[in-house]
Amino acid sequence: MELLFQYIVAGVTYGTIYAIVAIGFNIIYNTTGIINFAQGEFVMLGGMTAFTLKEYMPLPLAIVSAVIITMIIGALIEMLFIRWLHKPSVLRMIIITIGLSILIRETALHIWGEGVTALPYFTGTSLSSVNLGGVFVSPQVFWAVGISSVVVVLLGVFFNFTLLGKQMRACSANREAARLCGISTQNMVTLSFMLSAAIGALGGCIVSPITYIQYDSGSQLAIKGFTVAILGGLGNSTAAVAAAMILGILESFSIWALPAAYKDVVSIAIMLIILFLKPSGLFGNAASARLKEY
Amino acid sequence: MLRIDNLVSGYDTLKVIQNVSIQVNPGEIVSIIGANGAGKTTLLKTITGLLRPLSGQIQFDGQDITRTNTEKIVLLGCSLVPEGRQVFAPMTVRENLILGGYVQYKRNQGSVVLKDLARIYKLFPRLMERETQFAGSLSGGEQQMLAIGRAMMARPKLVMMDEPSMGLAPLVIKEIFSIIRMLRDEGATILLVEQNAKAALRLADRGYVLETGKVILEGSADELLENDDVKCAYLGKVKKEM
Repeated sequence: MELLFQYIVAGVTYGTIYAIVAIGFNIIYNTTGIINFAQGEFVMLGGMTAFTLKEYMPLPLAIVSAVIITMIIGALIEMLFIRWLHKPSVLRMIIITIGLSILIRETALHIWGEGVTALPYFTGTSLSSVNLGGVFVSPQVFWAVGISSVVVVLLGVFFNFTLLGKQMRACSANREAARLCGISTQNMVTLSFMLSAAIGALGGCIVSPITYIQYDSGSQLAIKGFTVAILGGLGNSTAAVAAAMILGILESFSIWALPAAYKDVVSIAIMLIILFLKPSGLFGNAASARLKEY
Repeated sequence: MLRIDNLVSGYDTLKVIQNVSIQVNPGEIVSIIGANGAGKTTLLKTITGLLRPLSGQIQFDGQDITRTNTEKIVLLGCSLVPEGRQVFAPMTVRENLILGGYVQYKRNQGSVVLKDLARIYKLFPRLMERETQFAGSLSGGEQQMLAIGRAMMARPKLVMMDEPSMGLAPLVIKEIFSIIRMLRDEGATILLVEQNAKAALRLADRGYVLETGKVILEGSADELLENDDVKCAYLGKVKKEM
């Protein structure tokens, strides 16, 4: 029984980071219709930058700075590579974002080398744990789940209760009509890149002590995050959180049943099955899909 | 208020409207009628900057807006109720209207938005009843009201409406036109583009007839209603001589 909980805890931990990557995908997808395959790189950049910065400043400050730096990189990427494209085709966008992810990854290789980095645990060490009725849980798991939940709640508040958030939703619902309301859709797109870069970077910092980050961690995370985004239904962030938990837990149970090397197979298999059988996602239904105009 | 000179516009190399000159004076309702594909929507999209004109000039309120972007044009006070309503379907009625008032925040008039919201609800009691519903769940007529209300929230000097009666039941069309009449009585300047020529001309002060991208006739609304060619082509009456 304890073992069962142990697997669930591990699953939820991985689920949190998948959820954060998926939310990053969704934010950009909603405002632009683009799937940004460089999303995982934002996570890597956040973790790596924070690792470098923490030599010079206290950890919380290093994390905040890393998030801000990644956010600026996100804005620059949008302004340099996306903004001036006039009605680009989907295929072109896919190739551009994949190209960007390679560019960022190789730059990271030059800056940080091949080494694996990890931020220190936010509280305690890698050995400390909290006993929850016989199950030992690392305190970092609480940080990961806690911070991610706060991010999800704050995003909900942002999109539903602030004028800026409403503008972004308007831009995603109907771009032309948004422009006719005087909303600068171009700025909304830049903002969506900044927002998802920041969220990705924060995710990278949270998860770094548990999973370690190196220059090429981004692409793996992007695949997982993309699977989760599809599983929940593209564009739907609440569903993405649920889907992320499902995937995380399935993965962690797969170690129990299959050799550990097959862990990634689970998520890719799920992605393929969903794409074949229900491309609108587990929680997407025809009625709500019709309400959205992407 | 609005002055268009020799406007040529279209998509890539396809010229949809050619040498169109139109004028709208303050307080007027001007109606542009024409069949499908005459270039009515292209004209309105070009005025609001959603399409770039190939040549010609557009002046609004004494300012050249020929190559100004849409956000700026709306800020200047020229709003469009787009064809097919284009409400923000996954957002509530209230959110749609608040976003309509977004330019007021840009003009530092944010404080009047809630007052304007109350005014729109008074104009369209139906929208108040549906305040918290998703715009996508409204009926066609209600969505049209919402689209008009959203444009009015910007307190525009000129409202342009693209086929407000499209796809609506006759009774609902009547309601929409009575709303437009109400706006006229409040002193709004309106450029109304319609296929429903009779209803549009009855409401308007002046009118233009657009055919295959050219203005073929213009005059006061009464003149156009009495014109034999207009009667034959748009009002469904047979010429006596024929």
